[in-house]
Amino acid sequence: MGQGLQSCHGCGLLSRPPAGAHEGFCPRCDEKLEFRKPKSLERTLAYLIAAAACYIPANLLPVLTTSTAGGSESDTILQGVVLLWSPTGWPLSLIVLFASIMIPSAKILALLYLVISVKRGSIKNNSQRVRLYRMVEIVGRWSMVDVFVDTFTVSLIQLQPLMSVSPGPGLLFFAAVVVLTMLAVESFDPRLIWDSANADEIQNEVKNA
Amino acid sequence: MQFQNQHPDCNRPLPDATLVACLHCDLLQRIPEVPAGASVRCPRCDKELWRHKPDSYNRSLALTLAALVLYLIANAVPMLGLHAVGREAFTTVVGGAQQLWSNGQQMVSVLVLFAAVISPALQISFLLAILIGCRRERPPVWVGLLLRHLEFTRTWSMIEVMLLGVLVALTKIADYAHVILGTALFALFALVVLLAAIQSCFDPREVWERVEWAEKKAQRPADAKPIAEVTP
Repeated sequence: MGQGLQSCHGCGLLSRPPAGAHEGFCPRCDEKLEFRKPKSLERTLAYLIAAAACYIPANLLPVLTTSTAGGSESDTILQGVVLLWSPTGWPLSLIVLFASIMIPSAKILALLYLVISVKRGSIKNNSQRVRLYRMVEIVGRWSMVDVFVDTFTVSLIQLQPLMSVSPGPGLLFFAAVVVLTMLAVESFDPRLIWDSANADEIQNEVKNA
Repeated sequence: MQFQNQHPDCNRPLPDATLVACLHCDLLQRIPEVPAGASVRCPRCDKELWRHKPDSYNRSLALTLAALVLYLIANAVPMLGLHAVGREAFTTVVGGAQQLWSNGQQMVSVLVLFAAVISPALQISFLLAILIGCRRERPPVWVGLLLRHLEFTRTWSMIEVMLLGVLVALTKIADYAHVILGTALFALFALVVLLAAIQSCFDPREVWERVEWAEKKAQRPADAKPIAEVTP
C-alpha cells in the first residue's frame, strides 16, 4: 500500500492501479482489487456481535430431544458433554467440550481483541497478533463438530415408537455461531495490524529460506 | 469459453514478476528460487508465501483422480448402520442431512449438505478441471477462474470435521445399540488423507505463472526478462 500497489487475494499478483484509483481489477485473474478488504473492521465486528448474540441461545436451548416410551428428554450442548463422560468416552467428551464451547467463545474474544487493538492503533505484539489470527483461522472450523454429531445421532436413532431423537432449536443457533465466526475471520484483514506501524518499515527484502 | 475484457482500466502488472506483497502483513519482497521442497516465508510475519512442490501436476492429478473415486464411493454406499431390537437402520451422509430437513431443521440441513457433500464435490471437480486445463501449453482463462474460487471450497469442505463428529456420535449410540461401520466411512477416512496429500502437492503459484491472463494485453510474453521498475 505504501508503494501504491495492490496485491490480489485470488492469485497473489502485485499490480499498480490506474493513477488516483482506489479500486482496480487484477489483470491476471480479474478479481476486484482494493488496498485493504473493504470495511474490514466494521464487518468483522458486525459478524462478531451477531455470533455473540447467537452464542447464548446456542448454549441454553436444547440441541437434541430424545423421545422414548417413557417420555422425552432434552439436552443442551453442555449436557451432551456430561452424558458422553465415561471411563472410555472421556477423551471424546473433552474434544466436544473444547470444540463446541471453548473454541467458539475463544474465537469471538480473540477477534474482538484484534479488532479493538487495530482500532486503537496498537503497534505492539504485531507478530503475535497475526499468529493469533492464523490460529483462529485454522482451529475455527472444528467447532462444526457438534453439528455433525447431532446430525448423525438424529439420523441413526429413529426406532419409532421405542426411541427416537430429533434436533432441538439450539442446533440452528449453534450452527449460526460457527458460520458467523468463520465469516468474521474472513472479513478481517490481518494487514491492518501492521498499518499502524510506520510505513517506512516497508522495504524490499529478500529472504532465502 | 470466451472472456471479454470487461475492465479496460484494469491494474498494470509490475515489470518484475517475482515481487509480491505478503497477504498477512503487506511487506514488499521478492520470491527467490528455492530448491524443491523448500518454502519461502515472510521475514516479518512468518507467513508461508510459497513452497516449491516438485512434480506438482502429475502427483496432484493422480491423487485427485483417486479422491474422485473415493468421493463417489463415500456418497453411494451406507456410512453407518445400527442394529437394535431386531431392526436395522442405515444412513449415508446425504441421509443425515435429509433426516434433519424432515425434522424441521432445514437451514442446518443445508449447511451440513454444503460442508460435507457439495463443497468437497466442488473442491475435487475444480481441482480436476484445473489440472486437466494445465496440460495445455497455455492454460485457458477459466483455469484461473476456478483456481480463484478453489480456496473458498477448501474453507467450507469439512469432511475431517464430520468424521470426528461421526466418531463422537458412534460412541454415544454404542450405549444403546450395536453399531455397524459402513464402507463409506472407510472411504471417507481415505478421502481425508488424500485431500491432505493433494494440499501438500498442489502448487497454485505454478499454475498462476502459466495461465492465460484475463487481460491479455497486460500479459508478459513467457520469455520476457524482468526490467527494474523506476520507483517514484
